[in-house]
Amino acid sequence: MKYILKKALEKAQEAEIFWSKFQELPVVFEANQLKSITAREGARFGLRVVRDGKTGISTCTSRRHLGSALNTALELAGFGPASRFVFPGKLDHPRVRVYDSQVAQIETKEMVEMGQAIIDKMVKYDSEVLWDLRLNKATMSINLQNSRGAGASYRKSIFSVSLDGSLIRGTDMLFVGDALTSCHPVRDTRLIVDSTVKQLEWARDQARTPTKEMPVIFTPSGMASTFFMPLASAFNGRLVLQGASPLGGRLGEKAFDSKISLHDDATISYGPSSKPVDDEGIPVQMNTLIEKGIVSTFLYDLQTAGMAGARSTGNAHRANGGMPSPGVNALVFSTGEASLEDMIADIREGVLVEQLMGAEQGNVLSGEFGGNILLGYKIEQGKIKGRIKDAMLSGNIYNMLKNVSAVGKEGRWVGGALWTPPFYFPKVSVASKEK
Amino acid sequence: MISSERQVPWDKEEIRKALKGHKADYIEIRVEDSKSSHMLYRGREIQEAGGSSSLGGNIRALVKGGWGFMSFNDLTDLRDKVKTAVGQASLISGDKRTLAPVQAFEEEVYPAIKKDPFSISLSQKKKLFDEYNGIIYSVPGIQTSVLMYNESRKNVLFASSEGSLISQQRLDMAFRLSAIARDGSEVQQDSLSMGSNNDFSLFEGLHSKVEETVKRALSLLSAPQAKGGEYTVVLDPSLAGVFAHEAFGHLSEADHIYENPRLREIMVLGKTFGGKHLNILDGAAVPGLRGSYKYDDEGVPSSKTHLIKDGVLVGRLHSRETAGKLGEKPTGNARALDYRFPPIVRMTNTFIDRGTTPLKDMLADIKDGIYARDWYGGTTSMEMFTFSAAHAYRIKNGKLEELLRPVVLTGNVFDTLKNIDAIGDDLVMGQKGGGCGKGGQMPLPVSEGSPHIRIQKCLISGK
Repeated sequence: MKYILKKALEKAQEAEIFWSKFQELPVVFEANQLKSITAREGARFGLRVVRDGKTGISTCTSRRHLGSALNTALELAGFGPASRFVFPGKLDHPRVRVYDSQVAQIETKEMVEMGQAIIDKMVKYDSEVLWDLRLNKATMSINLQNSRGAGASYRKSIFSVSLDGSLIRGTDMLFVGDALTSCHPVRDTRLIVDSTVKQLEWARDQARTPTKEMPVIFTPSGMASTFFMPLASAFNGRLVLQGASPLGGRLGEKAFDSKISLHDDATISYGPSSKPVDDEGIPVQMNTLIEKGIVSTFLYDLQTAGMAGARSTGNAHRANGGMPSPGVNALVFSTGEASLEDMIADIREGVLVEQLMGAEQGNVLSGEFGGNILLGYKIEQGKIKGRIKDAMLSGNIYNMLKNVSAVGKEGRWVGGALWTPPFYFPKVSVASKEK
Repeated sequence: MISSERQVPWDKEEIRKALKGHKADYIEIRVEDSKSSHMLYRGREIQEAGGSSSLGGNIRALVKGGWGFMSFNDLTDLRDKVKTAVGQASLISGDKRTLAPVQAFEEEVYPAIKKDPFSISLSQKKKLFDEYNGIIYSVPGIQTSVLMYNESRKNVLFASSEGSLISQQRLDMAFRLSAIARDGSEVQQDSLSMGSNNDFSLFEGLHSKVEETVKRALSLLSAPQAKGGEYTVVLDPSLAGVFAHEAFGHLSEADHIYENPRLREIMVLGKTFGGKHLNILDGAAVPGLRGSYKYDDEGVPSSKTHLIKDGVLVGRLHSRETAGKLGEKPTGNARALDYRFPPIVRMTNTFIDRGTTPLKDMLADIKDGIYARDWYGGTTSMEMFTFSAAHAYRIKNGKLEELLRPVVLTGNVFDTLKNIDAIGDDLVMGQKGGGCGKGGQMPLPVSEGSPHIRIQKCLISGK
């Protein structure tokens, strides 16, 4: 790698090489049966050069192709963007634990047995539902070196379990399920089993809802399907710089309900999205995005920070070793004081949303959304009445987050990049199909 | 950017040899060599000029109904890798899954290229995109923009233990431009998306379309939002094509149903799904579209499949496994995004066939409705679908009235297909960038098409 950097500096003024390797082993059950076992391994090398003030980039999958990748990067630099940063020199990295050697040691047979045990439990609970299950163990190594002497190298382990059930009666379809991701082996799967069972119980009866504005609670997974994308975009330093974020120019302003605090945090030990450094070798940090309703920080990589006159916040991400761009590491909402039960009990007529389909395919930048309630329940007189179907929820997340009735006191990871409690909003627009 | 070449970095005989002498019912090896490059502008400036190459492969083995799969970048020791995949497959004691029998082929396939992107220099391309980007900022009021162009060429070799040895070269190009307008905290955008597998000229001469896109983003700022509820809705060919893909196409993918008896009952062949005017097809054998190819990733020749004919369900999309299990004919729809994935049942070019109603007549008897155009995207849970129009117009007493902000349409597939009461005489096949996602494999090049269609009682999100 040193050799390639040296070679790059014959024509370029700065150079950086990034390389990652991964191995993963997904075990997949479909329709209650073990269906496939997969072994996946791969490598990716990324070269970035700054030549005459402009940046070029090229990636490849083999060490042997680094020479031609370098030529491509040098040629493309002629057409690339003006570089607005210098690579960092040697830096201290925080100690963030993300590797558990036990993950790699789990044998395929054990994963098959774990999976079968969950399937057996679910089939025993409800034999009418068809269950799909996926267990995956993965390990990866990430390395980086640049021509100013900065280097980074760490290993990471990931274990995930995801359970999906489908129940079909006539043409009526119900989809339930949950997933867990961790840097440790996930041996205790009670959380996803219990929450899936609860979904089935709450969805047992069907309920109808009128078309009108009413109180709505979003569970953590409901939050993920509606709020994650718009917020990840709004705090992205690049969109702020481009003037496309509705939060741009509003640092220090109170744009949200004071019950809301939000951090971007990759420093949590063994967190699914945690890491010691970002993909440019900058140490990660806890970034406060919203402090009691006040917009506090935007997220930057080196280039975007250079353009904005800011500092990198340790948020560079590179897909397949390619050009870094700023992105969320992990969004973490602070908890409030209400339990989910308190929230439900507080509502005379409303909706509890578990899964909103299509909410993130609209105009994400504006915060406007509209989605089909794929899994959601009607609340009447403080109790879950049954599952809602053929109904849509719509609104604007910025208007909604200005006025929150309550924030839940218990949160959890949903996917790898969001940790959130449930949120309770006083008035959201619901449209229902007339029969 | 990349010179046209027909050399591949592997030895066919070695691959053939690696397949022999294993205890498996079926084994295949796929190797892939690809090169791609892209340009990305954000705002007035170019932000990325990048290139990438990858070389990788995979092995899939079937032993007594269980699948083992292995993917890798390192193509050495193929025989050992086959052993690993066979070993994994042997851990699974499933029911006997039979693959539908197909003929073995030996062929080299190269695309029929109209205008080769690799024959055009990087500086010529940059000049073209600079011009488009210039147009965006010649219109006052635009806050920012994104322009993306990507081209790739890959050589894929497929070899099976049944004797197939097929190499195919595939080309793909995609272009997308979004103009973003802002007024205070209001942000609106409009996009232009194009894709092709054989013709760079599609991306040239887009100047007036770019201008149209930019102007629409601006007018959306002052456009009102539709009130939520049920409407009579007319979809333009672009959005109706997405509807065909999202709402019905995914339901026709046999891997969803072959092990799900209840879904199989819903999708029983011969059942009526819509009016006599409704015909929905899918096929990679329709030439020259982004979802077109000669052989799928299991070496099965592509075809053109009627899914709905005269309102009746007559077919579905298959891999060899789903066809074998259901006792139907394979359709050549097993596709893999790249060497990292096994092939699964996918759509190719999906469309609603031409009807007889002119658009004018379709609008004429609508008192209060919505004309929804173009799309952001769509998704389905099989029973329920949602798709997003990029913009819309109100229809009042048979006439198009004011521009409306993007609307999201949702509904139950089965009800909605029956509620299509008019199909236009103006079939258009889409030529868009982007692609379809399923099972973590995204974006897979596909195309969709349709004439204008009218749907009664369609639920729309809004205030």
